[in-house]
Amino acid sequence: MSLFDWFANRRKSGPVNQERQEREIADGLWSKCEKCGVLAYTKDLRANQMVCLECGHHARVYSDERIRQLIDPNTWKPLDEGLTAVDPLKFRDRKSYSDRLREMQEKTKLADAVQTGIGRLEGLPVALGVMDFRFMGGSMGSVVGEKLTRLIERATRERLPVVIVCASGGARMQEGMLSLMQMAKISGALDRHRDARLLYIPVLTHPTTGGVTASFAMLGDIILAEPKATIGFAGRRVVEQTLREKLPDNFQTAEYLLEHGFVDAIVPRTQLKKTLAQLIRLHQPVAAPASPPVHHLEGIRPLSKTTLE
Amino acid sequence: MSTTERKPILLDFEKPLAELEARITQIRELAEENDVDVSDEIRQLESRAMQLRQEIFSSLTPAQRLQVARHPRRPSTLDYIQAITDEWIELHGDRGGSDDPALLGGVARLNGQPVLMLGHQKGRDTKDNVARNFGQASPGGYRKALRLMEHANRFGMPIIAFINTPGAWAGLDAERLGQGEAIAYNLREMFRFEVPIICTVIGEGGSGGALGIGVGDRLLMFEHSVYYVASPEACAAILWRDAAKAPQAAEALKITAEDLRQLGLIDEILPEPVGGAHADPLKATEILREALVRHLSELNQMTGQQRRDLRYQKFRAMGIFSELSA
Repeated sequence: MSLFDWFANRRKSGPVNQERQEREIADGLWSKCEKCGVLAYTKDLRANQMVCLECGHHARVYSDERIRQLIDPNTWKPLDEGLTAVDPLKFRDRKSYSDRLREMQEKTKLADAVQTGIGRLEGLPVALGVMDFRFMGGSMGSVVGEKLTRLIERATRERLPVVIVCASGGARMQEGMLSLMQMAKISGALDRHRDARLLYIPVLTHPTTGGVTASFAMLGDIILAEPKATIGFAGRRVVEQTLREKLPDNFQTAEYLLEHGFVDAIVPRTQLKKTLAQLIRLHQPVAAPASPPVHHLEGIRPLSKTTLE
Repeated sequence: MSTTERKPILLDFEKPLAELEARITQIRELAEENDVDVSDEIRQLESRAMQLRQEIFSSLTPAQRLQVARHPRRPSTLDYIQAITDEWIELHGDRGGSDDPALLGGVARLNGQPVLMLGHQKGRDTKDNVARNFGQASPGGYRKALRLMEHANRFGMPIIAFINTPGAWAGLDAERLGQGEAIAYNLREMFRFEVPIICTVIGEGGSGGALGIGVGDRLLMFEHSVYYVASPEACAAILWRDAAKAPQAAEALKITAEDLRQLGLIDEILPEPVGGAHADPLKATEILREALVRHLSELNQMTGQQRRDLRYQKFRAMGIFSELSA
């Protein structure tokens, strides 16, 4: 038996300590990459910001973790934590919206689908909003709309750049038209921020779709995206139905959008903080360049009547 | 807009009414043949028909209203523009390589004032509908709309928008050309214009595709029109996992003009003739024209900056949530 066969057999029969391994996955000690299946020590994976050390797959990161990744320790000041959703339409599908909200709040320990606040990123003050896909698919209702609008308005007052990490299925159906109007409300606030010549950078992560794509996700001065993130307006299945043919493999990926000119750069998560800091610094006003030092003028004779003659 | 010669298209809840009307015609013919005077009976039956029509149309369910809003004979953007303006010239193209027939616009004169009119255009028959993509605009349509609105703002022309779309086009080409970006850009830019903007939902307002020309100083809705975040069909398929639950979704989503007025999202409901706008398009046109002229004269009194500030505050106030003091 060659060494190769020995390995092959070993793989076929599976690890001897499979039971133990599964227990450890359940405990969260080990994490399995959903793309390549490689096991990694969760600590190592977290240190690499949940990017697979083997294949570079970007596993989903939720708002708390994302804030830790982007904001300098002990500088995060959360805003508007007391805002919670009500059930203005008394919406009920297979379950009532009120029940859904309560369950989500218990399960995620979040108030709603976005966290906002002010913090420092490599020492630079920023207004940051981070959507959380766990909370009803990151859907945007009145609370998401209001928190982001307040964040942007505050950034305009305090002359701060805005960064919003997007992850959303779109507008929240359970709040009906109130949700749709949040798209306009946030866009209006971004208009004023832009009018004040301040920088806004949305970061599009998996997935960014629907009403979020059709509003603040696409209104960045500079738009960044995570590798392989799904980004689109209509759902892939809807497009497939209208088309009745197969879609390109990379359809509605970050790479597809880059190719068609709708994002500025795809930035791996491990480079995100550095890239954001670099971009913000590049857009900071610098003191107007002083008039050129005199020695640059040496050798140039001033125009005078005599030279003209 | 002459629909008199064509056979009426009946919605299922109009059947009892149609039966009654058929009976009246029958009696009238019989009476003529036999030379009997039945005018009293006919008058009675006709007033009952009128009453029945009023009853039916004053208690439509949201799902029924959706049917009226999508009625194939319902007056379209082009019908209204041609009927309410003194003159009108359609302008074409987004200057980026396309001219979308699903979203049209042009310069016109309303009550003596030059204005810009634009709106989604559904087809009047199957062939026209295919050409107009059933009123589902592409990114090029939204970019044409933006170009025309910028033009209007530069020349001080108020913007009159008509909303009537099942939603923005969801095809491969639309995604490739940036449907999301095109709509988003309009949302932001419509807050910048200093000229008055009046948006009227004349049929169905389908989600982001409607909002893409829907940021205005005034939001009006015809009585039987609807405006929704997701179509009841799509909503039912997603939340109920059953597209057949669309009537329940239509109820739950609060899509009618009255619901949206109560939620503080629209300014005025334009009453429709009994039987819906398609039953008496001329009457509907008069109602629309009167409302537009009235709102326009109010908005004309303000400065551009006032209109921008009020427009911002109007949308800023939209949303319902609870806030615990920290």
